[in-house]
Amino acid sequence: MQIYLDNSATTRVSESVLTVMEEAMRKDYGNPSSLHTMGMEAENYIKKAKEQIAKTLRCQEKEIYFTSCGTESDNLAIIGGAFANQRQGKHLITTAVEHAAVAASMKFLEEQGFEVTYLPVDEYGVIRLEDLKKAIRPDTILVSMMYVNNEVGSVMPIHEAGELIKECNPNTLFHVDAIQGYGKFKIYPKQDKIDLLAVSGHKLHGPKGVGFLYVKEKTKLKPLIYGGGHQNGLRSGTENVPGVAGLGQACEDVYTNFEEKVNHMYELREQFISEVEKIEGVSVNGKKTRENAPHIVSVSVPGVRSEVLLHSLEEKGIYVSAGSACSSNKPSISATLKAIGLPKEKLESTVRISFCDTNTGEEVEETIKALKELIPVLTRFVRR
Amino acid sequence: MYQSFLIKYGEIAIKGKNRHLFEDALVSHLSHALKPVEGEFSIWKEQGRIYVDVKGEYDYDHAISAMTKVFGVVGVCPMVQVEDEGYEKLVEEVIRHLKDTYGEKELTFKVMARRARKNYPLNSTEINMDMGEKILDACPNLKVDVHEPDMFVNIEIRQKINIYTEIIPGPGGMPVGSNGKAMLLLSGGIDSPVAGYMIAKRGVSLEATYFHAPPYTSERAKQKVVDLAAIVARYSGPITLNIVNFTDIQLEIYEKCPHDELTIIMRRYMMKIAEHFAKESNCLGLITGESIGQVASQTMQSLAATNEVCTMPVYRPLIGFDKQEIVEVSEKIDTYETSILPFEDCCTIFVAKHPVTKPNINIIKRSETKLADTIDDLMKKAIETTETIVVEAK
Repeated sequence: MQIYLDNSATTRVSESVLTVMEEAMRKDYGNPSSLHTMGMEAENYIKKAKEQIAKTLRCQEKEIYFTSCGTESDNLAIIGGAFANQRQGKHLITTAVEHAAVAASMKFLEEQGFEVTYLPVDEYGVIRLEDLKKAIRPDTILVSMMYVNNEVGSVMPIHEAGELIKECNPNTLFHVDAIQGYGKFKIYPKQDKIDLLAVSGHKLHGPKGVGFLYVKEKTKLKPLIYGGGHQNGLRSGTENVPGVAGLGQACEDVYTNFEEKVNHMYELREQFISEVEKIEGVSVNGKKTRENAPHIVSVSVPGVRSEVLLHSLEEKGIYVSAGSACSSNKPSISATLKAIGLPKEKLESTVRISFCDTNTGEEVEETIKALKELIPVLTRFVRR
Repeated sequence: MYQSFLIKYGEIAIKGKNRHLFEDALVSHLSHALKPVEGEFSIWKEQGRIYVDVKGEYDYDHAISAMTKVFGVVGVCPMVQVEDEGYEKLVEEVIRHLKDTYGEKELTFKVMARRARKNYPLNSTEINMDMGEKILDACPNLKVDVHEPDMFVNIEIRQKINIYTEIIPGPGGMPVGSNGKAMLLLSGGIDSPVAGYMIAKRGVSLEATYFHAPPYTSERAKQKVVDLAAIVARYSGPITLNIVNFTDIQLEIYEKCPHDELTIIMRRYMMKIAEHFAKESNCLGLITGESIGQVASQTMQSLAATNEVCTMPVYRPLIGFDKQEIVEVSEKIDTYETSILPFEDCCTIFVAKHPVTKPNINIIKRSETKLADTIDDLMKKAIETTETIVVEAK
């Protein structure tokens, strides 16, 4: 038996994605830049993927740029956006709970002489709009905010933030890291005043090694990768045709029967939360309502280190994620969990369970059963 | 490109009647070490010398790195081997070799001729003097220094004539297997792989035992130990690794014994289990990476308490080393980077904040009586469920 509940880390590639990728690799293996028919055939995959993606975002096809992963999309948006617009100012805003792809890009920019404001979050991991309002200045060139937090699944007020940013400073770019949000929420960049939006393929039953960045028409970005001038010179390098084809298919699929799938994940989440809270000593972080993302549950079991619980579940064939990596050499406490104010004993004792639409109620039941069995044993051997 | 190498070995030469055993072991280890290297190598012995010849194209750097990891090898000399076609021809060959190898570099040298074939028309001193002059005439960049030359121009007159100027140092020591076998207690840390290396260097083959504690330690921590064994195996040859599931024993001790004695008691049972496997596979001793005073379980008192359960000799080659000295060796033998990977045992929940540093054996033994009912079965189970794998060099 294998129960995979680590879908925020990565997902299984779907059959429809595999089919189109295989075709792109076996049959249409041309270089999309080649002038002959085979090149054109390959290019068609890219055109189709752009169509599929643009439809889900209600944007133009030319606003989609393919990258090697979500991290690259975030880097291109933030570093590329900062360098291209630094004449207008050198101030950026982000939140205290961003993924490393954003946090480390910001840190790099700080070393390059930019100034970054980090917005605090409440106990659920959500920013306050008044903090954002106060932070925006005439020299603010970019705000970067995640749609859904990858550790607790909290949802940022993206629409309100977009309105507010453009109201305070119409020149400020708004970048959204939607790597956990895309496919779980309907996102329309124009409505939300989003200029840049990063998405990764493998969180959506697509392949690893591919992602995209939505870049609103006329947004100035400086490329990170130089070469043959592919994709309007913004991202050189022969396109990963099979990956792009798979990504396009995954994006189309994820928004097919969308409401049904999201509702199913919410039901799994609610089932899990109501049962897990009955176990003594267990608490759930983030919002338990449907204000939270449908696929992520963050659970703390004080006294039991994340890794120990993770490996115990693993022995039963259940795969989850540690809220923060525990190791005696490099204690890396999660910045998100710290920012939402978790006490120390919970920081080291948090695991993340993340669903996808193909998980079942029986799997949740099995997992709860395993936790009920394991937690009393593990809490017996807590650190004295 | 060099097509042959002279292998220098030190200590083996003094081993009297057993000498051929050591030499044969060395030849076989060299051949094993060269197996993964691209190229067609042949190894042969002649009058107390070991030569490695290679036909055609080969990977020079890889070959050198493989040969200089074989214990017993003091140095590897890339050499030019020529037929004896008269002294004039030899002078030409030597000068050509020097020009090819050193070009215009300013260096000092000294000629060192040796004759195994005493009927050669010139004797060693004559060759030294005359060859030196010829080299000076031909190579204006080279100067003589008979006291501290930058290089020796070695000329060995045997059946054929060997010319070499470079000695690439090997690890020294003795060929593995020439001195029996021992059981290494291997963890994922810095010390134990170094300890294994040092004992293997003295010609001892290795077997190893690792204790893991799932779910408190991860699969990755175990993989790291396997990876470390594979690095040590580059020097020691293949290592049989016993992977013991220690969780139940650890939990039992944790529940029943005083917390500050946990580590000492744990280590005593680890030694017992390792010794069990050691005896089973005819090892002649145990090896640990302990060094006096490094941590609470390595004080003189703690070492005595741990040692007390062993009937076999326990070899602790790092006993007088400081941490920095151990790190230096681990960097040299390439285990350091793997050792510091961050999936170290997560079993820190078991470690007492203030463990005993001066354990009293009688008190420890009294604590252990609390385990009397269960420990034998747990030990038996741990031994029975042990997974054994053979780790090849990687």
